[in-house]
Amino acid sequence: MSEPLVFHFDIDGEDFISAGQASIQIKKNLRRIGLDPEIIRRVSIAMYEGEINMVIHAKGGEADVKLYEDRIEIILADKGPGIKNIDEAMQEGFSTASDTIRSLGFGAGMGLPNMKRYSDEMEINTEIGVGTTVRMVIKLA
Amino acid sequence: MKIKDLKELLDAEVFCCEENLGRQIDSACGCDLMSDVLAYVKDQGALLTGLVNPQVVRTAVMMDLICIVFVRSKEPTEDIVELARENGIVVMNTSKRLYEACGILYSNGLTGKVKNS
Repeated sequence: MSEPLVFHFDIDGEDFISAGQASIQIKKNLRRIGLDPEIIRRVSIAMYEGEINMVIHAKGGEADVKLYEDRIEIILADKGPGIKNIDEAMQEGFSTASDTIRSLGFGAGMGLPNMKRYSDEMEINTEIGVGTTVRMVIKLA
Repeated sequence: MKIKDLKELLDAEVFCCEENLGRQIDSACGCDLMSDVLAYVKDQGALLTGLVNPQVVRTAVMMDLICIVFVRSKEPTEDIVELARENGIVVMNTSKRLYEACGILYSNGLTGKVKNS
């Protein structure tokens, strides 16, 4: 199998206002490649929510988007506090975000559910005090 | 309707991308919670909101929206306008409140048609 095309981003966790730049760049890159607009939309929304989460909860991290022949994988890795209870975090409306983040239009407990909604597969590996890695797959076929 | 019709109905001021006022929009949504826009909005042309920060523009980019209307005379900052300009999104503001602005557009034929994905 041929090597995937990989796009790597360092996600700056200092500034919520600038969060989302990597997702915009991915959208541009995938458009340039000429993928189906619906696939591009799903990838960019899933990544955008993930990027926002990393900035809100983990002071940033790293994002890799891998383009295979049959799928796109988005891998988001952070060194944040970890997720205490994944089942709880997956519920729509559950959030530990601050009021400041809520006042900016996020932190309503829709991040992880939206990421799951727009991907075909999603795995979360998390360890308290060590960090969290989320892998999402969007199938192309 | 065209974006220029929306502008006239809301008596709105345009901040960027006037060249796109002739583009067609078939639907719109009114929302301050960007995660809800990301969750539930599909095939909408315009976003009406009282939230003013660059994430509104990024959300619009993600959802392929082509017009943002800030309600209650809220002024977009230059970084918001610049980000919208880079992405070809028309930005405007209106003195009307969100409810009223949505009502005017709805009663002039721009219905919501929000679908769960």
